This record gives sequence, C-alpha cells and structure tokens, in this order.
Amino acid sequence: MSAEASITSLQAKFGDAVLETREFRGEHTAIVDREKAHEILAHCRDTLGYDYLIDLCSIDNMGSDPRWEMVYELYTLANGENEHLRIKYTLPEGEKAQSVSDLWPTAKWHEREAYDMMGIEFEGLADHRRILMWEGYPYFPLRKDFPLAGRPSEMPDVAFTERASLAGGPFVTSPTSASTVHREPRSRDME
Amino acid sequence: MPPATAPEEQIHAAYDSKVEGNIIFTQVDTAINWMRKNSLWPMPMGLACCAIELMATGASRFDISRFGAEVMRFSPRQSDVMIVAGTVTYKMALAVKRVWDQMPEPKWCIAMGACASSGGMYRSYAVLQGIDNLIPVDVYVSGCPPRPEALLEGLMKLQDKVQAEESAKAHFKAEKPS
Repeated sequence: MSAEASITSLQAKFGDAVLETREFRGEHTAIVDREKAHEILAHCRDTLGYDYLIDLCSIDNMGSDPRWEMVYELYTLANGENEHLRIKYTLPEGEKAQSVSDLWPTAKWHEREAYDMMGIEFEGLADHRRILMWEGYPYFPLRKDFPLAGRPSEMPDVAFTERASLAGGPFVTSPTSASTVHREPRSRDME
Repeated sequence: MPPATAPEEQIHAAYDSKVEGNIIFTQVDTAINWMRKNSLWPMPMGLACCAIELMATGASRFDISRFGAEVMRFSPRQSDVMIVAGTVTYKMALAVKRVWDQMPEPKWCIAMGACASSGGMYRSYAVLQGIDNLIPVDVYVSGCPPRPEALLEGLMKLQDKVQAEESAKAHFKAEKPS
C-alpha cells in the first residue's frame, strides 16, 4: 500500500484523530492527535506494514504552545514496497510522550536521545538513562533556550564543562545570491 | 711508523677510530636526549578525522619510522608521546586524561590539529576547548586536519625540544643537598 493510500486508510479508521495531512515532493506526513498517536502507530506497524522505524526525533518550537513536536519516520521493508510515511504530533511541556519501544525496540535509543537532548520523557520507556551526554549532566543541550557555548557544570571524576569561547560568534551564513564574500560565515546580529 | 696520513682522513681528525677505538666523548644529557628523541613511542589518541592522517603518517608513504616513532603503543605504560589527534569531547576528555596519567615520565604531548589545540570549529557545549586545558602540550600542529608532513614537522620540533632538555643535569641538581 502506498503512503498516500496509508494516509487515506488512517483517515478512514481514525477519523478526526488525523488532524492534518501534508504532501511534499512525494513525502507524506500525517499530523495526528496526541492521545491516539500510539494506537495509530501500532496500526501503521501491524496493518499497514510499516515494520521499520527509521527515526524518531523531537522538535523544539520554543515560544509556541505546545512546545514539542514528535516526529516518527516509518518505512516498509518486509513487503518490499519501500514506502515512507511520517507521523507527527505535538506535545506540551511537562507532559510525557507515549513510548513506542513496545512496537519497535529500536525506539529505545531514539527515545533516550530525545530525552537526553531535550528532556522529553516517555511513558512506558523503562530506561531513562542519558545516551550522548553523561549521567549527571544537568542540562538538555538541544533546547532552544540552551546557549550554543554551553554552561559550566561539574561532575567530579566523570566530566566537567565550561563555556566555549565564541570569540564574537556564532558565525553564520545568510541565504543570499550575493558573492561568496557576502555569503561567508560572519558574526551577525541574531534578532 | 704508519705511513703519512692521506688528505681525506685528515678531515675526520675529531674522531680517529684507530687511535680511540669504540670510545666517543659526549655529555650525559646529549647522549640521553639523543636516545630519547630517536625512539619516541607514540600513544595514538585518535579521536576524529586527524586519526586518519595519523595513520597515513604511520604508513609507508610518509613513514614515521624514519624518525624512530613508528612503534604505536596502544598501552600508555609503554608510550612516550601522546598524539592527541582529533576533537576532544568533554565525555572523552577524562578518558584522555586517565590514559595520560598512566604514561610514565618522561612524557610529551602533541596536540594534532585545530580541535585538539583549541576546540577548532566546535565552539560548542560538548567539546573541550583545547586539550591543554587538561594536560600540558609540547607541540601544537595546525591544520584541519594537518597533512602528514605537518605532523612529521611537529615531531621534529618535539625532537629538537627533547634534545634541548636537561635530562641528567636536572636530575643531579635535584640530588644535591641544599
């Protein structure tokens, strides 16, 4: 079943729980209701054949409510159709996401990463250890309100951090059709 | 009576093996440093792409064994010089320090490449801004990553530095009662 037909099937089965669908250059996305997300993802796996979770990630839309957005990239491997479907839902701060590690065991590491980098916790994930940073690091560094240079921290005999010297940075490029002289990374005011 | 010395032998008048046999005169410092600098065994601390250049330096085209440093020891207890090749993250930093602490004296450190020297382009929360925040560095090699020639020049600079050390003199100074 193609990704387009999968979305139609989801809409037929779950009705209003599929809030919005998008198509961009052959990529199909369904934005779904948070409460029904786990059920919909289970349906994708068991009925529609999306047996492979490529990736699970989170987006920090700081300043808007709800703040978090969860993204699930699904793929059909076993039936040979190679269809790619994306499921998204939003999540307010302070609420836990539903773990999908019962559906795809690979989700454990992805969810640990989402927890490590953004501090999103998962209902049903047995193992909330850090995966990239070390146990005891006090911050969630991929949040938008965390400075690029980092914050000082100290874990005796494990690790420490200091603020990195940005030396006038961050140095960023801006999209422009001007010459490379204008395009090259510079320190710019971030408004 | 030996025959008159041929002109080409007179050039080597400073050391005449016929007269002096297997004896040379030197200073203890010079001899020790000469031995040390020509058998610097590296501890390869390959952490990123610099490690690929480090491997190239060890391979036949650049051949680090020309400088007596081909014996890559993966045990810190047998190493003389730690070549920190790559980005040192905070998570890795204490492991680097621990390996460094296990190396016996005398020991030296080469910070290879921009990341090991200063954090390089990684001005970020996760990266130690230069390995010299943790361990003393003798030679910094610039480049991102440095070419093998650059690392070899760094090694030669380190050899010059080792040759200039007061290895024995400092030892005897310490022994002398004050």
